[in-house]
Amino acid sequence: MNQEKARSLVFTRRAALLGGGQVLLLSALIGRMYQLQIVESDRYTVMSRDNQLSDRLLEPLRGRILDRFGIPLAENDHNYRVEVTPEKVGDLKQVLEQLSRYLPLTDEDRAAILLDAKKRRSFVPIVVSENLSWHQLASIEVNAPDLPGVSIEVGQRRRYTQGRNCSHIIGYVAVPSEKDLAAGPYDPLLELPGFRIGKSGVEKQYDESLRGKQGMRRVEVDAVGRIVDERVKERIEPTPGQDLILTLDIGLQQFVQQRLASELSASAVVLDAQTGEVLALGSTPAYDPSMFARGVTVREWQDLMSDPLRPLANKATGGEYAPGSTFKMMVALAALKRGIDPNRHVNCPGVYSVGNTTFHCWKKGGHGSVDMYNAHKYSCDVFFYDTAMQTGIDNIAEMARQFGLGAPTGIDAPGERHGLIPDSAWKQATYGEPWYPGETPSAGIGQGFITATPLQLAVMAARVASGRAVVPHFRRAALVGAEEALAAEPPALDIPEKHFEVVREGMRRVTNDQGGTAFRARIAEPGMEMAAKTGTAQVRHISMSEHLSGVRKNQDLPWQQRDHALFVCFAPVAAPRYALSVVVEHGGGGSAVAGPIAHDIMLETERRNPARANLGQKLALTQKS
Amino acid sequence: MRWPEPLTTFRRAELSIAEKLHQITWSMLFFIVLIGVFGFAMLYSAAHSVDPWAMRQGIRFLFGLAILVAVALVDIRVYLRYAYVIYGIAFMLLVFVDVAGEIGMGAQRWIDLKVIQLQPSEVMKIALVLALARYFHRLSADTIGNPLTLIVPIGMVFAPVGLVLMQPDLGTAVMLVLVGAAMFWVAGVRLWKFVVVTLAGIGAVPLAWNFLHDYQKNRILTFLNPESDPLGTGYHITQSKIAMGSGGLGGKGFMNGSQAYLNYLPERQTDFIFAMLSEELGMIGGVLLLMLYTVLFVYGYAIAFNSRNHFGRLLAIGVTINLFCYVFINMAMVMGLLPVVGVPLPLISYGGTAMLTVLFGFGLLMCVYVHRDLKIGQRGLGDDN
Repeated sequence: MNQEKARSLVFTRRAALLGGGQVLLLSALIGRMYQLQIVESDRYTVMSRDNQLSDRLLEPLRGRILDRFGIPLAENDHNYRVEVTPEKVGDLKQVLEQLSRYLPLTDEDRAAILLDAKKRRSFVPIVVSENLSWHQLASIEVNAPDLPGVSIEVGQRRRYTQGRNCSHIIGYVAVPSEKDLAAGPYDPLLELPGFRIGKSGVEKQYDESLRGKQGMRRVEVDAVGRIVDERVKERIEPTPGQDLILTLDIGLQQFVQQRLASELSASAVVLDAQTGEVLALGSTPAYDPSMFARGVTVREWQDLMSDPLRPLANKATGGEYAPGSTFKMMVALAALKRGIDPNRHVNCPGVYSVGNTTFHCWKKGGHGSVDMYNAHKYSCDVFFYDTAMQTGIDNIAEMARQFGLGAPTGIDAPGERHGLIPDSAWKQATYGEPWYPGETPSAGIGQGFITATPLQLAVMAARVASGRAVVPHFRRAALVGAEEALAAEPPALDIPEKHFEVVREGMRRVTNDQGGTAFRARIAEPGMEMAAKTGTAQVRHISMSEHLSGVRKNQDLPWQQRDHALFVCFAPVAAPRYALSVVVEHGGGGSAVAGPIAHDIMLETERRNPARANLGQKLALTQKS
Repeated sequence: MRWPEPLTTFRRAELSIAEKLHQITWSMLFFIVLIGVFGFAMLYSAAHSVDPWAMRQGIRFLFGLAILVAVALVDIRVYLRYAYVIYGIAFMLLVFVDVAGEIGMGAQRWIDLKVIQLQPSEVMKIALVLALARYFHRLSADTIGNPLTLIVPIGMVFAPVGLVLMQPDLGTAVMLVLVGAAMFWVAGVRLWKFVVVTLAGIGAVPLAWNFLHDYQKNRILTFLNPESDPLGTGYHITQSKIAMGSGGLGGKGFMNGSQAYLNYLPERQTDFIFAMLSEELGMIGGVLLLMLYTVLFVYGYAIAFNSRNHFGRLLAIGVTINLFCYVFINMAMVMGLLPVVGVPLPLISYGGTAMLTVLFGFGLLMCVYVHRDLKIGQRGLGDDN
């Protein structure tokens, strides 16, 4: 009994202690409640509100791209698409079955949608079909009550009105890649599904101003991001992107692109020689940019990439060619600067020797005695071999650089190549060898190491024509006819006018005097005459044995080994306004192949006269004020 | 050899059913029902509907109340007699789920009985109390001083703890240890023995750490530094604290808890229901619920102190401490004071076995009260006849 009592006593005492311990622990719980719910309540209230509100981006409208007269080149279309939200649909398969009455849905499409529905959260809408026609849109709208969970959303799609006509200039938009995301400054828009950015051309160059700024709507969401309250708490409208006005005359551009299409692979650049505005820039073959806007297939991409004619490349800014005889003006100007008399006569027997090396004139038997003017007219190689030797490579290079060769012109487009103008320092740095005198004659006729892009050649022609350091550009501050601040005229080149006159006269004779290399390509219309220079760039090396046995005719060679045909010109001769370069890859002779193209393009340019329309407007404006 | 003197000098064992019904503490039942109603309200709020939780929980609750009364009416000596049998069955069930889980290549904690998914670990919580109460009932104050007598009950505690850890269910393991320790304590085991066992336990921590699954290790590490992983394992605790904290003093109002309704709060109908309650009803609601539980604890102690038999006393304390452990561990976990170990809030959280176990426990508590004046010899039933 004592034992029982003792046990009971111990129990009572210890149970009481246990109870005391419980009271302490319960007090701790209440203390914690006080801390969380009274002391720190404000902080948690804010966190709770932040939990619920989510900012959803609103996509801005991308800026349009217009030509100089306001004709739209790139616009935005409404893109109507059908979406299904799996959690609002009873039987997804059945709904797809119903939808297939109004839309073409293949079995693969359906399988892909069902797979998507499994992978994603059930409240995330899945795109069933995009780019609906009005008919499809209407039939789905009418049957909407029978299609639970099906909704029609409107997005934007880039539409290129000109198709292949200016795909290289405008470029295209596409969904940003990982690389784009890593490279550019952070923009939340980039994470918006389906958002597209400029990937090439001016779409890329001016992407930032075309893109606009995102808007925002604040909505209530649950833990997984499902919108639970559609009522918008706050809304900031997106700022649409700015329209981009180009210097292009789209009518001229169409003409250029179509004219070039007669050749397999060619490019041409029309500049305003006084301002540097790019009036047209063609490169063939071209691609259809809308195919990127809707999403290019793997097959299409592979075809584009494996095409030997490189349709994706803009050859006008990205192709580097030996300028051939079109380079001779640079040699002449360098010689004039060195004080060489333009009336100095050089006898051309058809060959020219430096040390043991013999250089040939393009004309077997030679031109006889020629001065600087006629050396242009006949494109006499021996005259320029000799003049280059007299002038020296470094002086020629310095002059060429003043005309925009050997370095990027600075045009506002991505992917421009820089070409190459060699000099003795470059030779030493690149090959660790001095410049050998035997290398100068080749440079004198634009061969050897020298390369240039068609754009650079057009800039060269423009600078020769105007005497101004024009820089080519695509962007215009305002439409032609709209009130605009007069752009500052490009600065004059530091070259005496009489030197220019020699070269311009030489170029005039090329097309306008009987016997000039491009006399056949002359513009006969009074007041529209052009001055020009032909060029033929050798692609393969002609061996000595071949020289002896007779050079094979271009037509007998495989296409890839044929010469490039080049042509630069400006017009009108009396008051130069337009400059043009034409390069036909593996076309053959400059005068025979590139000449007719240049003639047609220049004549069309002068007839359309996009610059003077502008000039007239400008004058009217200045007179008014 | 002399038989011990008869202990049943004052017999109240042979009460009629009517008398027993009269003895049941109906006032305590009232508080139990009050907490239950609190629970349905919260489950209704969690779904904004009686489906899928509130209705089923209500039906189970009514079923559980019937069990409670039935348990209370059975003679307490029956529980004494079958304590080890019940413990043995619970133990076998635990072995069964462990083996089934092993074969099924995944953690399994329950046996599907169609009507209910039976969780043996919940059953064990009551079975352990019964078994320990019977064991200590038989030990005199002297014999309990002998350390050797403690080997068996220590085994009784740690054998199921090992099985439960294998499931793995950290919460139940902790509860079994705590309830066991409390019963050792009130049975009169000396303090220094606890120190020895605790030190041995601490020594075994590195060993046990290797025994834990990665997700359990993560939970403990996250508990120690919840901000380290706000979107992973720490997410539960952080969101739970946001729910409670944003509730403030008065709460956001019934059915207005944004944290819960918008799914930020994980497991809002089960382990984290207290966070939802605190968000909607504020600190006032939380403290009110805590007070209701406290009333039940007080009833438990009162019943223990009023029992004239040692088995009843131990049983009452065991059941009360068990209930307390549920409440404390769950709330402390929700408030970020303890790691997330998966212990439900009794009578509130959605879940069948836990509710039935708790109501069964209350039935035992009332049984102790009904038979409070019954004296039972140390040898148990056999002595009386």
